[in-house]
Amino acid sequence: MRGGNPGNGAPRGNGGPRANGGPRPGRPVDLSVECGGIRSPNPFWLASGPPTNTAGQVMRAFDMGWGGAVWKTLGDPITNTASRYGAIDYQGRNVAGFNNIELITDRPLEVNLREIAEVKRRYPGHALVASLMVETRDDWRDIIRRTEDTGCDGFELNFGCPHGMCERGMGSAVGQEPRLLEEITGWAREFASIPVLVKLTPNITDILDPAMAAQRGGAHGVSLINTIKSVIAIDHDTFSPIPSVAGQGTSGGYCGPAVKPIALHMVTRLGKAEEFRLPVSAIGGIHTWEDALDFLLMGASSLQVCTAAMHYGFRIVQEMTRGLEEWMREKGYSRIEEFRGRALPNYEEWGDLDLNYRIVAEIDPVLCIGCQLCYAACEDGAHQCIALPAGTRVPRIKQDECVGCNLCQIVCPVEGCITMVEVERGLPKESWNDRVAAGTAGAGGRH
Amino acid sequence: MLATDRVETRLPDLKPALTEAQARAEAARCLFCHDAPCVAACPTAIDIPMFIRQIHSGNPVGAARTIFEANPLGHSCARVCPVEVLCVGECVYNAKGEPPIMIGRLQRHATDHVVHAGIQLFEAGPSTGRAIACVGGGPASLACAHELVRLGHRAVIYEKGTWPGGLNTDGVAPYKMHAEESLAEVEWLSEIGIVWRLGVEVGRDVPWVELEREFDAVFLGAGLGADSALGVEGEDLPGVWGATALIEAIKTGRQVDPLSVYSAVVIGGGNTAIDAARELKLLGVPEVRVVYRRGPESMSAYAHEREHATAEGVAFTWRAVPVAFEGNGRLNAVRLTTVDRGCNPVGEPFRVPADLVAVAVGQGRLETLLAGIPGGIAHERGHVRVDEATGRTSNPKYWAGGDLANGGAEVVNAAAEGKRAARGIHEWLERNGGSV
Repeated sequence: MRGGNPGNGAPRGNGGPRANGGPRPGRPVDLSVECGGIRSPNPFWLASGPPTNTAGQVMRAFDMGWGGAVWKTLGDPITNTASRYGAIDYQGRNVAGFNNIELITDRPLEVNLREIAEVKRRYPGHALVASLMVETRDDWRDIIRRTEDTGCDGFELNFGCPHGMCERGMGSAVGQEPRLLEEITGWAREFASIPVLVKLTPNITDILDPAMAAQRGGAHGVSLINTIKSVIAIDHDTFSPIPSVAGQGTSGGYCGPAVKPIALHMVTRLGKAEEFRLPVSAIGGIHTWEDALDFLLMGASSLQVCTAAMHYGFRIVQEMTRGLEEWMREKGYSRIEEFRGRALPNYEEWGDLDLNYRIVAEIDPVLCIGCQLCYAACEDGAHQCIALPAGTRVPRIKQDECVGCNLCQIVCPVEGCITMVEVERGLPKESWNDRVAAGTAGAGGRH
Repeated sequence: MLATDRVETRLPDLKPALTEAQARAEAARCLFCHDAPCVAACPTAIDIPMFIRQIHSGNPVGAARTIFEANPLGHSCARVCPVEVLCVGECVYNAKGEPPIMIGRLQRHATDHVVHAGIQLFEAGPSTGRAIACVGGGPASLACAHELVRLGHRAVIYEKGTWPGGLNTDGVAPYKMHAEESLAEVEWLSEIGIVWRLGVEVGRDVPWVELEREFDAVFLGAGLGADSALGVEGEDLPGVWGATALIEAIKTGRQVDPLSVYSAVVIGGGNTAIDAARELKLLGVPEVRVVYRRGPESMSAYAHEREHATAEGVAFTWRAVPVAFEGNGRLNAVRLTTVDRGCNPVGEPFRVPADLVAVAVGQGRLETLLAGIPGGIAHERGHVRVDEATGRTSNPKYWAGGDLANGGAEVVNAAAEGKRAARGIHEWLERNGGSV
């Protein structure tokens, strides 16, 4: 639980001790960032997508407080379908997850270029990145030279789009083929005199493979994740996948709050890989300042947001910037660089975690409302360590049997009712890898 | 057919239907408690967390099935149950300091969905060739008959009045449920094959012996008798009503015009008194006063109902009893006297102007009805004694439930007892072949 605000979708779990700086009213906070040579007044960029389709949208977004924008992918204008979007609702809230089968820009290149130039002229301090997707080496040379003339700050090579474009040999078809990705990145570097970011698809086995290919190709940074290949749902009356196009549907790209943990893992993977040295522009389910902070703490240099803007409009960025500022004041940070990547040292492979560390659950009988969800969860879904004493609805943790899994705390609807308490065992840290090294690894396996 | 200009139609639902979006949002709040306290508080043990989850997942028909499987009267109970002292009162959100789940309104959302659309969820079981008479057309007999038909028996309900549904039709406060909603439920339940004999009084129009000859068993669900009288001077003046008779008039017709009443007095301290007072107040009577012989702590009416009444402007006079109703050919005042804790008059009587009085001091017992049963039946001052597990009476061919047996409780109790008796009758028929 973080920020004293566990009810807003923040993950439950044993977050461990947290350094508390206390509020620092009025302390100046600088949110400016730099990612692969591209600077912006704050880390929040609109990701390439429907919100960055036109100059009118991007300028309105900058006025609202966005630090940058990645223009909707330029290339051969396409024809889109109707419908294009589908969403998952969860527990009475809509758009827990979102998918789309929309393609790149459907507007003529010259119109887009004219508008990019106009936006850059009016907003010189904001980051304006042009997303590109074409096929041949000649196409790439042509579009890079024409687009660079707009004065934009950098390029993002769209090797991530998992629907429609990949069937034409572009988008994720490139992102899933590291040799091709490396080669095209090399072309872009050859033709461009401004920074080149490579946008990666998560529809691969290990994100490090395409990321290393981007690095070998000379990219200045990577953006991830693009959307995850998905079928959102089926219409139970027409039997058509959703979104439905005249009774038929297809796989789309999944995004929104539901994908954040997947994106955070991939960003972390790159942050931990010593051989990978490029800056990361993080994308995937960022809806609040807390989501944003997670990615920054795992090393992201800038952040991209799309679904939240599609759901709530551009104004949503103000919650993110204000939240981040407030947290920085509370912790005593004045620049993002002071804490960027701060959580990476605490991320370890499972084999390096301490097997001797022990916590047990504790129920506050005053706060407990007697729903017994913890009991049902532990009894049916975990380790049968909670009892129901007669004469009360307050369950009792069998602490000598409790395995410290956290499930009861996660399902408890009352904030602060179930806490995880450390049990001092007086044992030194011992990990699985320690046991392997000592030749005692048979005692309790991983699964 | 009910008249469309009945007085009760002037009162809208105090707890109106939820929209689909409201229902889903409210359903999403339900925690799905383990061994849920709301279920334990329901006399019919509806699996409340399950039907709420079914509403949330877009399965209102399934939700209604969950409700009606447990409680055949689920449609009316959604509206008339005192949820504040049953399921909702036990919701764990109360302990959390948050509004409890609106269980009644969610239940209504589900049952409205099937009853209003005429979606039938049940059918008669394979015929057993057995037949059971249910005496009285209220909730207890309905629940009993519905369960019996589902089990394959023939069920015939005898109702001496004009309308089926009992107090659900003519006695429930209109802001909780209108008569047509009760009739809709009766019609929906009866579709599976319940037979009605309306306007037929057992013991008068049909002798008990004939009933015993025609049927394998008899269920007694006749409820309570007419309003008790005070035996006070002037009680026969026009303008003096028995409370349930007044409510019946409001619900089924237009014999009483609340807009012509300026000052009404309700005598009594039970839920019927509060219902009558609230109805008169909400129908526009400027001055409504409840007069009770004891203090507020002794009232048998629910505290939440009294609070609603107070908020709506009903006044209370504690520790007073009427000694006379006054008027020249028509009521114009009640003469009251203050009483002590032993209900003995103290001080001088005083007059309260009144052009309408509702006497809500209980209802008569059906001892005369019971006296006609061949072989007799054990009862305590009209409350038929039944077996806790089966609902069977001392007379082997008779089962009973509802107000006639419990002395006057909620619709949900009548539903539970009617269903219990149906199971009891069924088991007996299965086991003994119905030979007494």
